[in-house]
Amino acid sequence: MRTSSYLTASQTVGPFFHDCLLRDGAQIQSLVTPATLGDHIRIAGRVLDGNGVAVPDALLELWQANASGRYNHPLDARDLPLDPGFTGYGRTGTNAEGHFWFETIKPGPVPFDATTMQAPHICLAIFGRGLLNHLLTRLYFADDPATANDPILLRVPAARRGSLLAAREATSDRVVYRLDIVLQGAGETVFFNLSGEVA
Amino acid sequence: MSTTSIGAIVRGDAAVFPPFLYEAYRSTLRRAPGRPLVEVPLTLSELTGPGPAMSAVMPADADLTRNAGTGGEALGQRIVVTGRVLDAQGEPISHTLLEIWQANAAGRYVHKRDDWPGPLDPNFLGIGRCITDALGVYRFLTVRPGAYPWKNHSNAWRPAHIHFSLFGPSWGTRLITQMYFADDPLFFQDPIFQSVPSEAGRRLLASYDHALTEAEWALGWRWDIVLGGPTGTPFENSEAP
Repeated sequence: MRTSSYLTASQTVGPFFHDCLLRDGAQIQSLVTPATLGDHIRIAGRVLDGNGVAVPDALLELWQANASGRYNHPLDARDLPLDPGFTGYGRTGTNAEGHFWFETIKPGPVPFDATTMQAPHICLAIFGRGLLNHLLTRLYFADDPATANDPILLRVPAARRGSLLAAREATSDRVVYRLDIVLQGAGETVFFNLSGEVA
Repeated sequence: MSTTSIGAIVRGDAAVFPPFLYEAYRSTLRRAPGRPLVEVPLTLSELTGPGPAMSAVMPADADLTRNAGTGGEALGQRIVVTGRVLDAQGEPISHTLLEIWQANAAGRYVHKRDDWPGPLDPNFLGIGRCITDALGVYRFLTVRPGAYPWKNHSNAWRPAHIHFSLFGPSWGTRLITQMYFADDPLFFQDPIFQSVPSEAGRRLLASYDHALTEAEWALGWRWDIVLGGPTGTPFENSEAP
């Protein structure tokens, strides 16, 4: 068995990825059609650096289950409906003011282990110039009662959990969950390292 | 170059991955997280990922010398870049999407924010995609990229490189990295390359391989990629055949 010492190292995505990773067909800012099942929501926020300055050249990726809590992946063979056309994957960049958004649906709950469920959440990855490795974090829904007992969130120091909680903002035509990604400093977002152990 | 100190926060194995804060690379100073990463176990959210779905829908587009769609061919030294994508156990990762981007032979990106006075090539976009075959093999035909200057430090030049983006089978296998050429003279002054521990840095170098060189056509370079993260299916052994 080989060890991690053979792994290929990460390098920064740099400033010049847009023409490749966000070209037509590669950018996926809306995961939904009108037929997509579930509560349609917008995820929106800004990416900010350690000075509170907008990061205009970040790349964000999103991964989530569908409204039934099923992942569109061969490993998830549970007897839950797949939603045709809903991949659960999004990819976009920040604009000049550091803003990003996705149109998606609120995911259903997914299991943590054989006996425990996780609260509905969306996995986020952040890439950028100056990030030699990408950052992994999660978006939770501040207004969902299950969030308070989420087994991953409970591993986060209590004082920092708020950095993962998206606040609901309802306007006349859409529901927005807003979460800023703070790379460094006051209010720094919690970023994860995957331990390699299955829950 | 300024004095380098290596930050404490590293993703995964410190012998492989660069630190987030690497002072010689100035863009890390205000973007590297300052708090320790929170260790979490793998759940279904990380054991799954977009790789399988993306690989099914993305078209292959692996000839960068002609994919600008102009009918013309890119200028520069034609090269084949090929290798295998493997998991941490050395098993091939088949049918996974690779996306690459690079400067042209003069070291210039098409990107609107690349404005140094290197010439553009109307027949070169510098972007490509392909999907690994059943043995985990990928293959691109492109031109060797040039080095280019940047403003990180005095007289700073990036070594020639190709950016690689890979999914692999799970959220935890996602990787974006850069491939370099083993004969490049510019590594000593490049903090992005130097941020990687030296032995792991050598694994970012493609090797010239004459067996891959195509007579009267293109020079051959070999580079294998090993993805960490969960690639197995914990339930597969219990499934009926």
